Amino acid sequence: MSATSDTKHDDARRRFLGRMAQAALLAGLAPGVALVEVARARSADQAVTDAQRWGLLVDSNKCAQGCDACVRGCNEENGLRPGHGPATDPQWIRIVTLRDRESGRVNSLPLMCQHCAEPPCVDVCPTGASFKRADGIVLVDKHICIGCRYCMMACPYKARSFVHEELHDQKPYAPRGKGTVESCTLCVQRIDEGKGRTTACAEACAAAGHEAILFGDLNDPRSDIARAVARHGGARLRADLELNTGVRYLGV
Amino acid sequence: MRLIRITRGAGLGLLLLASTGLSMASESRVPLPDIVKASGAQCVEPNAVMRRDHMRFLYHQRTQTVHRGIRTKRYSLRVCIACHAARDPEGQAIPVNAPGQFCSSCHAYAGVRIDCFECHATTPEKRAGGAAATVKQGLSGWVGRIKKTVTKVLEGSPP
Repeated sequence: MSATSDTKHDDARRRFLGRMAQAALLAGLAPGVALVEVARARSADQAVTDAQRWGLLVDSNKCAQGCDACVRGCNEENGLRPGHGPATDPQWIRIVTLRDRESGRVNSLPLMCQHCAEPPCVDVCPTGASFKRADGIVLVDKHICIGCRYCMMACPYKARSFVHEELHDQKPYAPRGKGTVESCTLCVQRIDEGKGRTTACAEACAAAGHEAILFGDLNDPRSDIARAVARHGGARLRADLELNTGVRYLGV
Repeated sequence: MRLIRITRGAGLGLLLLASTGLSMASESRVPLPDIVKASGAQCVEPNAVMRRDHMRFLYHQRTQTVHRGIRTKRYSLRVCIACHAARDPEGQAIPVNAPGQFCSSCHAYAGVRIDCFECHATTPEKRAGGAAATVKQGLSGWVGRIKKTVTKVLEGSPP
């Protein structure tokens, strides 16, 4: 009797110890895996390359009606504040509501700069201020932007806006100023930090419990975004324009 | 004799010039820039080099950063401001372009307009939102992941 209960206890103890050892091993290994990731990351003095192509995958089925967490997250991160009314207020992300006339299905999605591989805004810029970084991020060099707004006209997504008023208290890592055009930067300051950080909109969306926005490297087949695109696809808006956008949508 | 008189006159003139020069420095019509002391011990280049060439360093760095994503700290405007912004008695950072502050005092003297601060922040970033927060975020992420692994293993399911 006592012998059987002892073996039973022994078994339980062995199983427990075995699992603890397994846990300890994993806990010990996991930081090692992270170190490999850090070693692959670019250092501050290295230029970006086309080894990466940063992008977003937006699942419009997960995007909740009436939620604007991504817009608020973006505004907070980049120091965008309302000032002189909706006509001139900065807006890097717009929430677009789609309604299918036949089925009556209504869904919403965040629309920001689509970070095209063939950006029309870059084609039309007379000064070279509008440019595409090697890693696929489309930006405005505000040092050389003259505020002509040709790029705003050329963008089929209406993603760019113009700063009409003098600004104060900008964020140190997101300079913005009157007389220049601006748009979503894919939180380039976070990407350059290189600590596996995601964009402010994706972070805010996840914090709101929706996880509709996935950020990552489309060129890395092991990344979450590349795997999700491989499995579920991901439509490009206005694919007929053949701009090869870096922002993809599901459920549109 | 005449020669002596000339030298004496020249000496007097020099003395006068020196004294006027001195009075210009102390109570001149155009006040000399009052350079606000930075919080660091030594700038990234010798002071004489910085006075002459700081705009060249910044100009080079801005292109490197915006177009190539190179964010080294040495000539970064953000790091300049972090060191050169003075603090008021309450410990709040004073904008570097406020009258009499580090950037504006020299630029007012030289009569050169600065464009930097139409877009760039003039005070260092608040500590809470800076690097410390990132580290904290990263750490809490790690702790969460390890906890998750341990619970999964204890429950007997493969992690």
